[in-house]
Amino acid sequence: MTTEVLKAPLVVEFPFTRSLGPVQSAFLTGLREQVVLGVRATDGRVLVPPVEYDPVTADEIRDLVQVAPTGTVTTWAWNPAPRRDQPLDTPFAWVLVRLDGADTALLHALDAPGPDAVHTGMRVRVRWAAQRSGAITDIACFEPYDSDAEARPADHDGQFDDMVTGIVAPARLDYTYSPGRAQTAYINALAGQRIVGERCPSCRKVYVPPRGACPTCGVGTAEQVEVGPGGTVTTYCIVNIKARNLDIEVPYVYGHIALDGADLALHGRIGGIPYDQVRMGLRVEPVWTEGGCYPDHYRPTGEPDADYETFKELL
Amino acid sequence: MTRDIAVVAFAQTDHRRTSEELSEVEMLMPVLHEVLDRTGLKTSDIGFTCSGSSDYLAGRAFSFTLALDGVGAWPPISESHVEMDGAWALYEAWTKLLTGDADTALVYSYGKSSPGPVRDVLTRQLDPYYVAPLWPDSVALAALQAQALIDEGYTDEPALAAVAARSRADAQGNSHAQLRGSVPHGDYVVHPLRTGDCPPIGDGAAAVILAAGDRARELCERPAWIRGIDHRIEAHSLGVRELTDSPSTRLAAEKAGAFERPVDTAELHAPFTSQEVVLRKALRLGDDVRVNPSGGALAANPIMAAGLVRIGEAAARIHRGESDRALAHATSGPCLQQNLVAVLEGEPRHVQ
Ligand SMILES: [Zn+2]
Repeated sequence: MTTEVLKAPLVVEFPFTRSLGPVQSAFLTGLREQVVLGVRATDGRVLVPPVEYDPVTADEIRDLVQVAPTGTVTTWAWNPAPRRDQPLDTPFAWVLVRLDGADTALLHALDAPGPDAVHTGMRVRVRWAAQRSGAITDIACFEPYDSDAEARPADHDGQFDDMVTGIVAPARLDYTYSPGRAQTAYINALAGQRIVGERCPSCRKVYVPPRGACPTCGVGTAEQVEVGPGGTVTTYCIVNIKARNLDIEVPYVYGHIALDGADLALHGRIGGIPYDQVRMGLRVEPVWTEGGCYPDHYRPTGEPDADYETFKELL
Repeated sequence: MTRDIAVVAFAQTDHRRTSEELSEVEMLMPVLHEVLDRTGLKTSDIGFTCSGSSDYLAGRAFSFTLALDGVGAWPPISESHVEMDGAWALYEAWTKLLTGDADTALVYSYGKSSPGPVRDVLTRQLDPYYVAPLWPDSVALAALQAQALIDEGYTDEPALAAVAARSRADAQGNSHAQLRGSVPHGDYVVHPLRTGDCPPIGDGAAAVILAAGDRARELCERPAWIRGIDHRIEAHSLGVRELTDSPSTRLAAEKAGAFERPVDTAELHAPFTSQEVVLRKALRLGDDVRVNPSGGALAANPIMAAGLVRIGEAAARIHRGESDRALAHATSGPCLQQNLVAVLEGEPRHVQ
């Protein structure tokens, strides 16, 4: 039997909030004020962008030095097809730029008409972003600059009013998730209000939900077995804190349920009974809501409780 | 205490652009069974298990715990995981065997790059303050390094194309490879790198068994003895590093004993043609050294497994008697940021 594996878009998105140390704080605050700062390393080199620890000796370094917003390209790469969130949305060059007064290079984008207009050794200058908040993107990009004269910046001490102490770096990645063969079969069966597991060819245990492998024997599973619908609560907990975006009143009960014929308990919410009357051994069955693709919750069947001996191996 | 430890078996999947019909454990399991079958060992015979993978590829947390089902991870099991290429998992297993805590180890790693945009996914390993907010993708960073090499006169575009052509031609002898034979050099992805200079994006897995001393001799006719392994890292800021060289690779090779005697084979983890130029220079490899007879990462680059595959391919050549002393290299991070070097040897073969 071959069925099409399921797939669906999966977006992983998070605003990473990061705090800054003294050196990074000074550098990013400086960008907001259109001042570029480096840090003097143990060997006297000026590192831009600055770091808090010497890359060679690992000594803590704090000696801030102002450098110029002009510099020289040390290497470059022409990007004909900008990707989402990159600094420019028209073709541009990635560049490493050694700013005047610095000994190391900063990575950024260079706005240029085409690859023929870019070369190693070319002079460039910072184009500041119109709106600046204290982030590397306060440098909108670099642009060509036709002066060989190395600028001599003033010597800023790195102290500003209202220092930036943290950044929020949003990240978003788009995936196409596929659960694979075994879980596709499980999910498809659920939509038809059936619960199927897979039997291990070696130890004969039935796993539900099936993941395509027996975790005890390390062999593939393929033989589908319908389990339930009845099952036994093997253990449970009472949830007292309401989760965001979850439309369930607290307190509610979340339990491990050993479906009849399964050798592994799955978990689900237990409803249709006051939370403080749920118990180990309670017999339950799944409840599908109208048009639901999976059981909304499990409710008591009214059968007598299962004997502890019948489910103790599944705890 | 010193113990001799060898790679005694190696297996890998066919590396493919997508394996969406399979979950990670479904993709991995045949490789685990194959490597165990080669030694006759069962999972319960294995003293230590170590794996390498990255949740960022599939976009799911703790995905390695599900993959563990494939080795029968029922307690008690002595097990560990690195969020790195499997070559680093092998390093951990090697140190475990050196301590005498175990006599055999199973090392595996896998990567499914097909679910996500891997060029963007890899930006999340960059410095989060100064670099990651600009989203420079993995090809862009490699291209900066390639241009620096061209500017310094270490290579040029035709020479890079020749690296690509040689790799894919060699891969014709490797049924597991994803890109084989004549592959068009293509358009610029990020200048100066063209599609042909870049690795294929794909899914795959690999597994290796290590064994100590006499146990290795029982399990393999010609064990690939690990004479040394070392790994080193460079500054994370690209602008601080000398991109045309790889001092960390050279130091790792020196510490692993690579320069004590010449090697006949080198499996280099160079996903981009330009990186082979850097590594050959750092490792002082002469033209008499057979570089990437498997086709290397330009023929198949399952992220998180491609480095372990290099060690496995080098070992397999020793197993087959095609090499007596081989170097294997693995890398991680942008522009060869982190580098691991292993030196493998087979015992002298007796004249029949
Ligand atoms: Zn089993």
